[in-house]
Amino acid sequence: MYKFEVTNLSKRYGRLKLFDNISFSLSTGDSMAITGPNGSGKSTMAKIFLKTVIPNKGKMNFSHNDKELDTDVQRILTAFVSPYLNYYAPLTAEENILFFASISGINITGKEINVLLEKVGLEGRGMDTLSTYSSGMLQRLKYIIALIKKPALMIIDEPTANLDESGKIIVRNIIEELRGKCILIIATNEKEEYNLAGRELSLA
Amino acid sequence: MLSKAISIFLKDFRQEFRTRYAINSIMLFGITTLTVVSFSLGESNLPPKLSATLYWIIIFFSAMSSLAHVFVREEESGTAMALRLHTEAEPVFFGKFLFNFTVLFVLMLIITPLFLLFTDTYQGDMLLFSFILFLGIIDLCSATTIIAAIVARTSTKGALFAILSFPIMLPLLLVLVRATEKVFLESTFSQLSPDFIFLVSFPIVMLTASFMLFKFVWFD
Repeated sequence: MYKFEVTNLSKRYGRLKLFDNISFSLSTGDSMAITGPNGSGKSTMAKIFLKTVIPNKGKMNFSHNDKELDTDVQRILTAFVSPYLNYYAPLTAEENILFFASISGINITGKEINVLLEKVGLEGRGMDTLSTYSSGMLQRLKYIIALIKKPALMIIDEPTANLDESGKIIVRNIIEELRGKCILIIATNEKEEYNLAGRELSLA
Repeated sequence: MLSKAISIFLKDFRQEFRTRYAINSIMLFGITTLTVVSFSLGESNLPPKLSATLYWIIIFFSAMSSLAHVFVREEESGTAMALRLHTEAEPVFFGKFLFNFTVLFVLMLIITPLFLLFTDTYQGDMLLFSFILFLGIIDLCSATTIIAAIVARTSTKGALFAILSFPIMLPLLLVLVRATEKVFLESTFSQLSPDFIFLVSFPIVMLTASFMLFKFVWFD
């Protein structure tokens, strides 16, 4: 059982206070939506959870059976999907998937890649370089690279950004699938998306 | 860790093979400088000291033109975040070090015979000269890889890379020039041993310090 606990988290940029004294605790199977208007700090909070932005105050604890995980292990167990996360444009989708699997210490076969490509509606496009992909196709690929990690903590910022209707349905199915299997955190403004989560943290 | 470092090296190699940014820029600089030097010299013979100095000036400035690219590309294309989220710092450092080593090795493989041909100054033990060049590649890459990682996270990347590299590289370049000059003067291995001690110790110190510091440069 994994547990992700946040205590008194605060972030400000100069005089601008984004959020103050945020605390919550999530365990495997829990899901939470972070909501709020543009500029309220949803993406910043996601980046703090990923340790790419340092908070002004507060503590985070990611543990397994009440034992705090090492930072490198936390990184391996956390997956992230976001519109501002970029992959390697000169490489093909398959090369990107194989690369991120390999540096995460995961073995993945060509057959498994094809299954995942099919799952997100990218079948037949695995050998194309990402420079030929649309923003919606790139967003779908991000879900594959996140899913291969079999994450214990999944953070999704704007889950359906850049996606068409069929893409949105695919993403909702993925979220439904993930819910219950890992700790799921969604940062969104879309009502349909935050309804997918078990609870809501409003930054409004 | 080694397999992850090799994966990062192969990814960079594949990316470079398709875009040819680093190799084009390093070759353009190297060959242009070499051509200017050879045309300026004409038929005149260079003394070994001047010849060794010119050689390392060409290599140093060619290296400065593209070795920072390995980290700058990750930051500018926004892929650094994905890399940070998927693996530890150490394989990233060694993968990038291997890539810089390969780029510099290819540069020297092309520039060195052309330089010796154009300047017509080479005398001495070829094996000894190759050994100095090999150590020179390791030395230059051990210093530039960590500096590249630092400057990639700043706003004035290009200028800062040369500025930060200069004081670290100066003693190294002086020793490389002296050792190359001694080879051109047909010195023996034992006469070169003080230089070899420096050239072997330098990357050990640099790589150990980089290994310890890179995590903070990369993640913080």
